[in-house]
Amino acid sequence: MAAKDVLGALGEEIAATALAESGYRIVDRNWRCAQGEIDIVAIDGDETVFVEVKTRSSVAFGHPLEAITAQKLARLRRLAAAWCEDHPGNHSRIRIDAIAILAPAGASPQVEHLRRVF
Amino acid sequence: MPLGRTSSVALLGLTGALVDVEADISSNLPAFVLIGLPDAALNEAKDRVRAAATNSGCGLPNRKITVNLSPAALPKHGSGFDLAIALATLAAAGIVGVESVGNVVHLGELGLDGRLRPIPGILPAVLAAARGGAATVMVPTGNAEEASLVPGVRVVGVASLRDAAIWHGGEFEPVVVEPILASAATLDPVEQLDVSDIVGNEDAIEAMVIAAAGGHHMFLLGPPGAGKTMLAARLPGLLPDLDAAAALEVSCIRSLSGLPVGATLVTRPPLEAPHHTATAASLVGGGSGVIRPGAAARASHGVLFLDELGDGKHTS
Repeated sequence: MAAKDVLGALGEEIAATALAESGYRIVDRNWRCAQGEIDIVAIDGDETVFVEVKTRSSVAFGHPLEAITAQKLARLRRLAAAWCEDHPGNHSRIRIDAIAILAPAGASPQVEHLRRVF
Repeated sequence: MPLGRTSSVALLGLTGALVDVEADISSNLPAFVLIGLPDAALNEAKDRVRAAATNSGCGLPNRKITVNLSPAALPKHGSGFDLAIALATLAAAGIVGVESVGNVVHLGELGLDGRLRPIPGILPAVLAAARGGAATVMVPTGNAEEASLVPGVRVVGVASLRDAAIWHGGEFEPVVVEPILASAATLDPVEQLDVSDIVGNEDAIEAMVIAAAGGHHMFLLGPPGAGKTMLAARLPGLLPDLDAAAALEVSCIRSLSGLPVGATLVTRPPLEAPHHTATAASLVGGGSGVIRPGAAARASHGVLFLDELGDGKHTS
């Protein structure tokens, strides 16, 4: 696995732990379809939350949140619809969140969670 | 509450209106949205402000920043809103005092390094702020002298965004930067020509004195070399000094035209002698968005000398 993928996987692990700690029930991880991948799907109360996790080791190329572009959000929305279709059930309220993780080498990672980004 | 508010001035010709600049920081993906009818130059303020804030050491939060210029229906142009947008945003981010920023009118363009650049039309803008009831106006150092010509308002000149943030209670170490001054073109010493230079031509001089005393128009007709241009150039010398209101207006027009204003108000009547091939637009002034005064406006309270009027080449 390339270094960037290791970092990404680490970030998603940290994000999933953080979400579980704040009372979210993780229902799916790295769900893939033809259109792309959803990092984390979780249930928060009566809402189904689709989470995009972005991890970086420094802000030298910008903050992780800046890497989530409008196109990426639009794709996430299509993916959310595809996931709901694939998983029958009550998904009447959905939400898209973003989690930024700044994990500099040799320091504890910082987690930022933004709700309802789209 | 992540909300910052301050004011700036939108100029429309010589008159200006106070504009409220509100900034909101919401918990969303990083973006900078500027609303309230900005023109192209003003819309680029987003990028200038973000770069200037970062390079001044007071970086903006990685969140969605929405800046509203109100009244939203009033068209706004130019780069003079940069300082107000930056400080409203810094106030929303809690970096500078919200109340302190709210009580001051801010004018000035930001460079990417965070230094403040002088803007044209500062005199009418500060005048509009004073008329709008502002007590304190913050301007770029390069404009401070010109802004101080307006009576009854406290002018604060700052060299950089960092200095402005410190003035408003931001906790930063001062960094001395070289202020950007207005272009080196200093006020050309007003060469007042005197009618005593003229030999003879007693009738013409008497006519000029009458015209000057009564504020009449004059028509000079004669063969080439009769001294018409020489006479006309000496007409402003016969006019009295401008009174306070007229001096302010003449200085404001100079400021709007981008001409240097200097340390004191213009007190002598101006002379404008447009070339006889000048276009209608250059005589009357105009423009879309930014109104530029023409020769006729620049000659307000002075003399407009239309040479070779009968030449038939006038396009106006």
